[in-house]
Amino acid sequence: MSVGAKAWGTRLRSALSDAIISAWIAFFLFCLTLGVRTVDSVRGLTLKSRPGLLAIAVGIVFFGRLLLNLFVWQADYPPTRPFAKLYTGEPFERRDWWVLGLTGLIAAVLGGGSVLLASFTPSATSVALAIRLVAIVILVFEAIGLVHRLMVHFFPNLPYARIFIIAGVLFAVAFPLTSYLMEKTFHIGLPLRYLFDLSILVLTYVMLGWGLNIVVGLAGLLDLGYVAFYAVGAYVFALLATTFSWTFWMCLPIAGAAAALWGCTVGLPVLRLRGDYLAIVTLAFAEIVRIVLINWTDITHGPNGISDIPKPTFFGLPFGANGETFSTFFGLRYDPLHAIIFLYYVIFGLAILTNVLTSRLRRLPIGRAWEAMREDEIACRSLGINTTITKLSAFATGAMFGGFAGAFFATRQGFISPESFTFMESATILAIVVLGGLGSQLGVALAAIVLVGGFEAMRNTQGLRLIFGPDFDPALYRMLLFGIAMVAIMVWRPGGIVSRRTPSITLSGSRGSAAQHVNEGRA
Amino acid sequence: MAYFLQQLINGIALGSIYGLIAIGYTMVYGIIGMINFAHGDIFMVGAFVALIAFLLIMSLGLTLIPLALVLVLIIAMLLTAVWGWTVERIAYRPLRESFRLAPLITAIGMSIILQNFMQVAQGARVKPLQPVVTGGYEIFNEGGFEVNLSNIQIVIVVTTVLLMGVFWLIITRTALGRAQRACEQDRLMASLSGVNVDRTISLTFVMGAALAAVAGLLYLLYYGVIDFFIGFVAGIKAFTAAVFGGIGSLPGAMLGGLIIGLIETFWSAYAPNGPEYKDVAAFSMLAIVLIFFPTGLLGRPEIEKV
Repeated sequence: MSVGAKAWGTRLRSALSDAIISAWIAFFLFCLTLGVRTVDSVRGLTLKSRPGLLAIAVGIVFFGRLLLNLFVWQADYPPTRPFAKLYTGEPFERRDWWVLGLTGLIAAVLGGGSVLLASFTPSATSVALAIRLVAIVILVFEAIGLVHRLMVHFFPNLPYARIFIIAGVLFAVAFPLTSYLMEKTFHIGLPLRYLFDLSILVLTYVMLGWGLNIVVGLAGLLDLGYVAFYAVGAYVFALLATTFSWTFWMCLPIAGAAAALWGCTVGLPVLRLRGDYLAIVTLAFAEIVRIVLINWTDITHGPNGISDIPKPTFFGLPFGANGETFSTFFGLRYDPLHAIIFLYYVIFGLAILTNVLTSRLRRLPIGRAWEAMREDEIACRSLGINTTITKLSAFATGAMFGGFAGAFFATRQGFISPESFTFMESATILAIVVLGGLGSQLGVALAAIVLVGGFEAMRNTQGLRLIFGPDFDPALYRMLLFGIAMVAIMVWRPGGIVSRRTPSITLSGSRGSAAQHVNEGRA
Repeated sequence: MAYFLQQLINGIALGSIYGLIAIGYTMVYGIIGMINFAHGDIFMVGAFVALIAFLLIMSLGLTLIPLALVLVLIIAMLLTAVWGWTVERIAYRPLRESFRLAPLITAIGMSIILQNFMQVAQGARVKPLQPVVTGGYEIFNEGGFEVNLSNIQIVIVVTTVLLMGVFWLIITRTALGRAQRACEQDRLMASLSGVNVDRTISLTFVMGAALAAVAGLLYLLYYGVIDFFIGFVAGIKAFTAAVFGGIGSLPGAMLGGLIIGLIETFWSAYAPNGPEYKDVAAFSMLAIVLIFFPTGLLGRPEIEKV
């Protein structure tokens, strides 16, 4: 290694001073918030000190900073580089192979060892599980990276993005039916109900993300109140269905239209406002909707919400145990899962509809006007594009899809209340759009899977409890982790998971030729 | 008349708290042009730090209330300022040259982190505090209806006016204030003229967080009960106030805070179903004002350049 003794000494010194400063800051951050706990008692609030917890938190910051400084940030050969190279496509050196091979070997040995450990001493099951989890993560990471490198090396020109999308869509189509049939024939014990519910939830967010993507990603209008459209759609459907007993399929277009109308109502006053004012006004309107839903008890039943919302029917055939139903018509044995699988396909169809319509709209003049407005509003106006109509149409289109998703949400839950339409929902949807990469449909889908799927998966995980002890309540930490993930992904990849989409059409070659001129000038 | 006067007093006290939080939004927006969405939660952290510091000082046996409150004020301002600094360092500085939505997302993420950190660290139950500053004056009595000016309201208004004065002096008279105004106008040019831009921006966050801590302490003393969620509503109201007054303008933030506080109080007092719809009134007023003054009441008109 090229690092000499002296370089090592200066590195150690700077790393130590940095770590000490960080530890002090951590101490000031946590001394009153973590180090002392308020406890309710008979005489009002009292305090209980927790010096151990404070010391652990400060210690984590100190040693974390120290190790990162020494081995990653300031090192001239950080051990994380070979792993990054698996995905970036830089050429490998011999030492990269050594690092990768050794880590893989250690992970494999540890993983195997943990199985042996668990079989010999049952008391160490949680430790063994933790080790096995880490080993599996490392091995899977390296394996995917290697496959990726090999594919890129041997077939550099395959349309990977397209293959990926087609595979994803095929999987989404086949997943419920195949898993259902497999379960029914082989009885492998898949938690079907949970899997379907989770994937329906993810698809709802994918659809909401794609809808908001029209407003934020394509038209460049920052909307912090998207949940209002979702709420309008849900309540319009729920009220129509419960008071006039109209069916889901009749109400779906009405819910979309109502949400679009609300989008226009919100859009009209805020059209003159620039980005951040627009953000706060949309947020304010969403709050107004929620407050009205809570307080207008005659119509919306206030915080109690609306219950007994009917489920959608399969061309007029309801899903139930009695009477003329889906199962009797097709001669199947009644199974409550049929209804859930049907709901899955409904939301899948709605999401695909959103996606296809968006990508078609993008090629129409209106879609191009949206993208042009995102890039430069003044240039747009001077070219004679009516920015008022352009903005309104983007708002209304996005709102319509939000309304559809809202109606679906109402029919799936069977019960809605203002609780479901808080600012957190808007923030989640916006986070999905921005983290996925503004304007990128694939990125939005991936971000929805990562954020919502990961978030929900934490709810029921027994494994975490095995690792952290029986007192560990994942629900308490999952919002905290959600926030940390939002910040970390954004700082790590500011452009989003799939990087930001460029306009659908540009003056082809103009940028390249400008760069050429510059280069000619240099030469 | 008496009822009106009482509501006016209440509205000014509430508006002062909003104004103090709004200054944090307006300063940050002025200097780096982003909505610091986590600022409301910095206010919440300030309220918690103030509560814990107060209980700690009380349990150490200091019973002289004014001295204790001054100590709590200093501790809360210092510790909350560290929080403000850390949030900027972790979530905003790496994204300063990124596109406009990126820091907004990390700000929302930070807001979620702060809320849930507080919930995990201190529990989800509301934290009550018995009244600390009690008593007041009866200004006049109209047919049995007393108009009261309580001591805590006096403390709130005096503290706010004092701090506004101090910050106004900092912005207009000191080298730091000059550096801030320079960064506000042109960050690149400021850095070329020897202004340490990173340090100036950090100090802006530190100042905003310190003011939010003061607001947190005043809120705690006024209402006597806090929980980990107070930052959200107060934050939105304060941001509304900042936009109302013209974002980027310090007197505008104070004026906006007062107006939002007054609208809220009067709407609860006079309108039918007032208390339920007071937030609707404040937000609708915001939309109406923005339609007629797109840059707020005291904001400078935006010059669009191609």
